[in-house]
Amino acid sequence: MINSHDILETIRMIDSENLDVRTITMGISLFDCADEDAARACGKIYDKICRCAGNLVKTGEDISKEYGIPIIHKRISVTPIAMIAAASRGKNPVCFAKALDRAAKSTGVNFIGGYSALVHKGFGPGDRALIDSIPQALSETELVCSSVNVGTTKAGINMDAVEKMGRVVLDVAKATAADNCIGAAKLVVFCNAPEDNPFMAGAFHGPGEADCAVNVGVSGPGVVRAALAKAGDCRMDEVANIVKKTAFKVTRMGQLVAREASRRLHVPFGIVDLSLAPTPAVGDSVAHILEEMGLESCGAHGTTAALALLNDAVKKGGIMASSHVGGLSGAFIPVTEDAGMIDAARCGSLSLTKLEAMTSVCSVGLDMIPVPGDTPPEILSAILADEAAIGMVNSKTTAVRLIPAIGKQAGDELNFGGLLGGGPVMEVNRWSPLKLIRRGGRIPAPIQSLKN
Amino acid sequence: MRAVITVIGKDMVGILARVSKICAENEVNVLEVTQSILQDLFAMIMLVDISNCKVPFSDLSDQLTEVGSGMNLVIHVMHEDIFNSMHRI
Repeated sequence: MINSHDILETIRMIDSENLDVRTITMGISLFDCADEDAARACGKIYDKICRCAGNLVKTGEDISKEYGIPIIHKRISVTPIAMIAAASRGKNPVCFAKALDRAAKSTGVNFIGGYSALVHKGFGPGDRALIDSIPQALSETELVCSSVNVGTTKAGINMDAVEKMGRVVLDVAKATAADNCIGAAKLVVFCNAPEDNPFMAGAFHGPGEADCAVNVGVSGPGVVRAALAKAGDCRMDEVANIVKKTAFKVTRMGQLVAREASRRLHVPFGIVDLSLAPTPAVGDSVAHILEEMGLESCGAHGTTAALALLNDAVKKGGIMASSHVGGLSGAFIPVTEDAGMIDAARCGSLSLTKLEAMTSVCSVGLDMIPVPGDTPPEILSAILADEAAIGMVNSKTTAVRLIPAIGKQAGDELNFGGLLGGGPVMEVNRWSPLKLIRRGGRIPAPIQSLKN
Repeated sequence: MRAVITVIGKDMVGILARVSKICAENEVNVLEVTQSILQDLFAMIMLVDISNCKVPFSDLSDQLTEVGSGMNLVIHVMHEDIFNSMHRI
């Protein structure tokens, strides 16, 4: 029989340490839905999504019950809509967002990602129209998430897109100001966007992906923190070891769920994303792991080093547990979604500049950070540019999800509630980058892109 | 197919009997039982064969959860693969 200690450990991880499978995300290609007539294309999109993902939610719930593992989200990602909408006549692609929203509601998923454009080297047909429509699309739909990739290590950074996205982020916040600017929480600006990421808001189904695939995102910050707490005083080598072992177990669970979901849905298994994704729930915080390592508060000097160890050890532990690893894989540091980050931001130990440093060693970027609503668009663009540069030079993904809190100042609170959480508005550096941002053009790809 | 039933809570008379009764009623064969006292908590682990179970897995799970909550016990029923995959290479 299985060792009873192991059984009880698993039960404890689920019951008191918030172990869960964060998301089963079905990626669906929409290339075969492109049509000259936008209404016809939207009809095909709706039908295909409902056909592929009709059983997704029920299958997720069945697996959850049978294996006793909470599966929090069931979601869908689709081909970047700019690529599909480009084939249709007419300038406003918002009808595509509405078709996605309807399909999401019919299938019962809680988010659908892919109202996206990949413009890292330039704007293709359909890209500008899609980007311009993002504020309207996010304010007139509920479940649609949007993302724009503005740079890659291979292509450099499209500064025209960066300039545009600063304005778009602000416009999205304004368009949803009555609803806590929630639209901005559904918009991600990427550098090196992964094509198989199961996590929202940045999920889309890349053009190189299969027709349909199941990707699973695991989580478990609470489990890692509990394991470190149990170990007590030990050297950093041992800390890394504990994180690796824990990540291995968590990922094996994700792999099992992914395999089972793939079998039941008759859809190929794509990847497992090994991520520590926090929630505002007590005991589900990445910041608390860093504090468990020995920091008085997240954001203190030493945070970047602790996060570097954590991010690396999660990957090392997880990689052997899954046959295919992808997505973002690492530690997430969304401010409003992490109880420890929220506290650290409130007490002043965590600043935007420290967060920027942390993004150079974690799996994503500046995530879920409320900034003052009067922040000029060129400052938002400059923040995007800085993050994209960190991603480009370090050959890693960086994603920015800033929430300009309309009508609020630094220190005020913005609350979304639920898994998106809430937190204090953080001040930005007000010195102007206007001239830099107005230059436009492209930042050339760095020398490390020339690997051939 | 085999599953693991775990019962965690304060020790009292009749836990094993009630859980076994539900198993028997649903044609679930008990293969192994171990129990231990964890701090002051009672922990019982049963390995069961559910190949011939008369009801869907989720119904069995609901029945056991209901009995558990009536006795202030936390009862989980989980497919054994979850433990095999997490704890064995």
